[in-house]
Amino acid sequence: MKRAPTHSYPGLNLGRRHPGADKATEVVSFGFWVFLMSDLVYFGLMFAIYITMIDAQAGGPGPHELFDLTSIFAQTLILLTSSLTVGLAMLALKYNLPRSRIVMWFGITLVLGLSFLVLELRDFMAMAEKGGVPQRSGFLSAFYGLVPLHGLHVAAGCLWLVVLGIQLRVFGLTDVLMSRVVRLALFWHFLDLIWIGIITIVYFGGLTYG
Amino acid sequence: MDNLTEMHRRERRRYVVGYGGSLVLTLIVFIIAYVFGIKTTGVYLTIGLLGLAQLIVQLVYFLHIDRRRSSREDLDLVLFSTLVLLIIIVGTVWIMGNLSMRMHTYPM
Repeated sequence: MKRAPTHSYPGLNLGRRHPGADKATEVVSFGFWVFLMSDLVYFGLMFAIYITMIDAQAGGPGPHELFDLTSIFAQTLILLTSSLTVGLAMLALKYNLPRSRIVMWFGITLVLGLSFLVLELRDFMAMAEKGGVPQRSGFLSAFYGLVPLHGLHVAAGCLWLVVLGIQLRVFGLTDVLMSRVVRLALFWHFLDLIWIGIITIVYFGGLTYG
Repeated sequence: MDNLTEMHRRERRRYVVGYGGSLVLTLIVFIIAYVFGIKTTGVYLTIGLLGLAQLIVQLVYFLHIDRRRSSREDLDLVLFSTLVLLIIIVGTVWIMGNLSMRMHTYPM
């Protein structure tokens, strides 16, 4: 079976074009999955707190006054598209496309990540203007414990992208760098999964039962 | 060489299919939300199931988790974490909901 790709760890495999990077990635990639899953448990706790706090609005503003579905829709599309572009960046890296293509896809991913953060911050500011601040009620505390936590992860991903960009410029495409890029892509896709949980449970769940 | 470029195309198609699938599911969810309004449990259940479907689409097409033998260990890891997660979430909601009911703060 010549066509079957060597697939020795989760996520996109670098394959035989980069044997060094492929080997370096195998173990750390699994370790990174273990980290992602423990991060998932942390998010799960915040989700559980939010679900129990949906009714605890203490007379303060609730989901119907605070949530802006149009903005949420835009953020969803932006994050989803960035998940595609980070995948395309990985492929450009794997198949030795010109460096400009790699930089372009990572650049688009960074811009999308930053615009997601801008929209999210705008939402939080609009919420705060309507009195939706964390200390107002248990519901809002739970909301601000969960959604900005995801935003913080996205911000960390953006910082990571910038650092990798600098490393790419200084060291070139080394095996270690490629292995880091593989993990960044895993992290980015993972954040998109969490976001699906957030729109389903925090926003739609809040609007249904809040 | 040719084989590799063909693989490139195949892997790129995988990402594009995953993106298209997620996009369609997202659009359906928001269309349902706008058309039917988000009030009844039935609508919410539909949205929840579509969300779950999107999670699976992204796990398979973006994160390459599937039932192939080589990625089965990672599938085990994901499934075990999901089990832990469900115990935490369902347990919390159950206990706190029950407590809330006994404290007579739960709207009856």
